[in-house]
Amino acid sequence: MSASRWGTRLGALAFAASVLALWEVLADARFISPVFFPSPLRTASALQAMAARGDLWAPTSATCVRMLYGWAVASLLGAVVGAAIARSAAARAYLQPILEFLRPLPASAVIPPAILFLGLTSRMVVTVIAFGAIWPVLLGSYHGFRTVEPRLSEVAALLRIKSVPYLWKIALPSALPEIFAGVRVSLAIALILAIVTEMQAGQSGLGFNILMAQRSFRSPELYAGILVLGILGLIANQLLLMAERRFLRWREFAS
Amino acid sequence: MNRALSICRGALLPILLVGLWEAGARTGVLPPGTLSSPAAIGAASLEALRDGSLLWGTIETFETALCGLAIGSIIGVIIGAPLGLSPMVEAVVGPTLDAIRPVPSMALLPLALLIYGFGVRMEIMVVAFACTWPVLIVTVSAVRAIDRRLLEVARVLELPWLLSMGRIVLPAALARIGVGVRVAAGIALVVAVTTEIVLNPRGLGYQMIVASQSLRPDLMWAELIWLGLVGLAFDLVLRAIEGRWLARYAAVPVS
Repeated sequence: MSASRWGTRLGALAFAASVLALWEVLADARFISPVFFPSPLRTASALQAMAARGDLWAPTSATCVRMLYGWAVASLLGAVVGAAIARSAAARAYLQPILEFLRPLPASAVIPPAILFLGLTSRMVVTVIAFGAIWPVLLGSYHGFRTVEPRLSEVAALLRIKSVPYLWKIALPSALPEIFAGVRVSLAIALILAIVTEMQAGQSGLGFNILMAQRSFRSPELYAGILVLGILGLIANQLLLMAERRFLRWREFAS
Repeated sequence: MNRALSICRGALLPILLVGLWEAGARTGVLPPGTLSSPAAIGAASLEALRDGSLLWGTIETFETALCGLAIGSIIGVIIGAPLGLSPMVEAVVGPTLDAIRPVPSMALLPLALLIYGFGVRMEIMVVAFACTWPVLIVTVSAVRAIDRRLLEVARVLELPWLLSMGRIVLPAALARIGVGVRVAAGIALVVAVTTEIVLNPRGLGYQMIVASQSLRPDLMWAELIWLGLVGLAFDLVLRAIEGRWLARYAAVPVS
């Protein structure tokens, strides 16, 4: 069993390596355009040069900070608003039509009005991210709070648990899996929006950097930037998966 | 009666907001440079509808969104089907794909610009990249869930590989793949509009950013509302398609 697992792992590595090697050979032989598809080695050396110059950390952290601010606002607000709409029939009646209209609106569509209101600033970027990333959390939280096991609610009513402890002890834990699913989606959206608004607003960051690399035809740096963004997305998702596993460990015992 | 009441309550808040907005704009409380009055927005919408710019922009946006969706879906199915058929292929190729997947589609924007320049093709490339993943993932799981007996029939009949793909594998997995395409369709519209807002000078997104930057807030809000309505309509159409066809297929027991 373990021998075959090592075999497939080796196979996977060999496949990835051969793709990169093929790319390298084809680009070096100018079979595919080295301007559009610079060879992996040139990309790696561009990445190394960027790191050595210190051109890597500043934009990466600028992008991360904005992404995290926007995402944190979206997550908190989304969870609270979702819970409120799920709990209160009145809120549902008044708010649902507006939300139904806003939800399918592409998140990036708020960039033009946001620029009018806030100008080409960091605040604009965070606002756009927060607005765009709120929907998955809001919907997840709404679903989660709506689908609390009815027997649990009945027990809570029988025990005369007040509404704040009820929310905290019963509704929130049972809604948490769906909130987490929403939070993960919204982190991916936050990263995308951070890149997009940087490009649009000229705020320094990874997205702006790769656009500049493109404008000056430094394609290895462009690929290096894309690579870093991919790694960023991967790390963010893995961290949230770990957090999810930690916070939701009780489910394993429950089931 | 009850339904009428709930519609009234849902309409109350939007009407109230629009009324306040109009009053604020008339009295000059709201900045006219950013929040033009609803009446002005209505006039701008009528004007944009009459000269055809809204319609034309919508056509341009959907043209690229649907082309990208088609290309992305085809690529997703072509890559996904062999992965679903053979666990070994998936174990070998899967990790490489997993490494590419977290790259945010918007990070490819400068790359697409580098390769194709402004225009339809660069936008289609970005949309196609974004649409490939949901279709690919669903295809892998759909093909994996095909009844083993069907595949054995294909083997007994000694069907050539391509024929067994076309006659047995794809039809059996089609309904579930359709669900993936429906998800990708929603993504396609968002990505197309975002590309236009950030870079590509065509379509609804570009019109919005132009209106915003030429200080025509009335036109910008008109386009934003139009975009919301179009997004809503598109969402409804997709849901109708899903309910009409895909639900029926999905109801057929797969195993």
